[in-house]
Amino acid sequence: MDALKRYFRSPAAVIGLILLLVVIAMAVSAGFLYTRDPLSLAGRPLIWPFSNPRFLLGTDNSGRDIAAQIFYGARISLLIGGVATAIAILIGILVGAFAGYYGGWVDNVLMRITEAFQTLPNFVLLLVLVAVFGSTLTTVTIAVGVVSWPAPARLTRAEFLSLRNREFVQAGRTLGMRDIKIILGEILPNALPPVIVYASVVMAVAILLESALAFLRLSDPNVASWGNLIGLGRDVLRVQWYVSAIPGIAILVTVLAVSLVGQGLNDALNPRLKSR
Amino acid sequence: MRILSLAGRRLAASIPTLFLILIGVFLLLQMAPGDTVDALMAQMGGGDAASARELRQFYGLDLSIPMQLANYLWRLVRLDLGFSSIYGKPVASVILERLPPTILLMTASLSFAFFFGLVFGVIAARGVNRWPDTLISTLGLIFYATPSFWFGLMAIVVFSVYLQWLPSGGFEDIGTVQSGVWRVLDIASHLVLPTLTLGLIFLAIYLRIMRASMLEVLNLDFVRTARAKGLDETHVVTRHVLRNALLPMVTLIGLQAGTMLGGSVVVESVFSLPGLGRLAYESVVQRDLNTLLGIVFVSALLVIVVNFVVDLLYARLDPRIQADG
Repeated sequence: MDALKRYFRSPAAVIGLILLLVVIAMAVSAGFLYTRDPLSLAGRPLIWPFSNPRFLLGTDNSGRDIAAQIFYGARISLLIGGVATAIAILIGILVGAFAGYYGGWVDNVLMRITEAFQTLPNFVLLLVLVAVFGSTLTTVTIAVGVVSWPAPARLTRAEFLSLRNREFVQAGRTLGMRDIKIILGEILPNALPPVIVYASVVMAVAILLESALAFLRLSDPNVASWGNLIGLGRDVLRVQWYVSAIPGIAILVTVLAVSLVGQGLNDALNPRLKSR
Repeated sequence: MRILSLAGRRLAASIPTLFLILIGVFLLLQMAPGDTVDALMAQMGGGDAASARELRQFYGLDLSIPMQLANYLWRLVRLDLGFSSIYGKPVASVILERLPPTILLMTASLSFAFFFGLVFGVIAARGVNRWPDTLISTLGLIFYATPSFWFGLMAIVVFSVYLQWLPSGGFEDIGTVQSGVWRVLDIASHLVLPTLTLGLIFLAIYLRIMRASMLEVLNLDFVRTARAKGLDETHVVTRHVLRNALLPMVTLIGLQAGTMLGGSVVVESVFSLPGLGRLAYESVVQRDLNTLLGIVFVSALLVIVVNFVVDLLYARLDPRIQADG
């Protein structure tokens, strides 16, 4: 548990973990604290924060409680960030593992496809996917996952390239193990740590991508998401700027927390890099 | 010349990638609900089935999908991107009109992010683990986590609404016709906030990479040699370290070109700039799929061109690349 000890020695990593736990606590407690639908009318529109104890963070243009939307928004952001990251990492590992293990034409074809995904700006691809499949929570989550897999795929491939001719892999081959078993059972566990650490970057970007999409009103309008609220607040930006400001801080804190935890994990798992 | 042929080879290798993207997105768009004729009919306020059929025949939409794809690719070879029914003119000319603001915005943001990323990266690396480093690294982390559209909105609140220093949107002041230097200044003042907004996240990335790369190069033997022969610290940093530390930064330009283009979709929407990104957004909302496909083509092309330039730049910075061929 050296790694754990190293993790808690870094103040930035600890701050990140605390922030992340706060966001998770918000997501979990949303249902108890705010029993009503966060998108239902709650009071007069555009009440400033801290002016009415019933609405601690005020209300938005249509009189919905901002605090409730922030708490429920934590659920949406974590859900979309988490699931999209899982999708991206899964596709990335599959593509990277096969490309790296087999090499040759398999590698060529898979890397061409990866390159195509990387050449096309991922937000533009996201727009295309949303234009085709519509913007429900499910399609947006899958779309964000689908545009985010190339980087993990390249990382996995690089790991596989360096591992595929090691002795333990050759031993496995000599024993007559099937390829799929060598890939999943022997190489993958060794290739996984850097990919898992990289997942934090993917998740941070995924949360930002979804919030940008929601801000443009191209994400699911029927859920309380931070990006939706910022887009809504834009209409009253000149005076009631707090409607946009508050959810933005929530996004910032969440993305910061995810990045700090990721960096902390990275430093804890690769102690030699940290020393400089 | 060798480097030119090397970069040229990589450019040629990206042509299949381009086709792969176009074929993929073309097939994807076939699954979209509604086609050009539907959009056109909606624009005209409806019409009967017979004229819809006629229009489909006119646009070649009654053919099988492989035939349509072949048609599209053949037109593309002649640089014909098709016709935008929403804007009522060829997609190519719609895109060309919208390209300059985006290229201007991207160039400005890139220069801003690169320059300040470099400066702050060097400052942070020189004072590693002391307060300038901690301050810069913390700011970098915060910038990285800031959603660009939110930063843009807050910048509008502060600089346009309260301080009234800068315009809150648009590409130039259309109320007054200006020319020459005044027009340039006008456009520049409109681009200050968008540039900062788009550049912020890249500034964060560049300064982090620059810091790491400086720290790495500072430990190399030739730096010790330079110090040992009595060069002062400024000279060591500017002449010996910087050039080598710059390499990862330049690589990053190529890697981030696509991200930057994607970011400009959002930033152009925030500041209502009439650029390519905003066009992409509009064509999604208006279901102008021809234009959307054209934008996919142009943005992929743009990324490929940027990477070509980066290849050339890279070789200029590092002569060893040329020697290896």
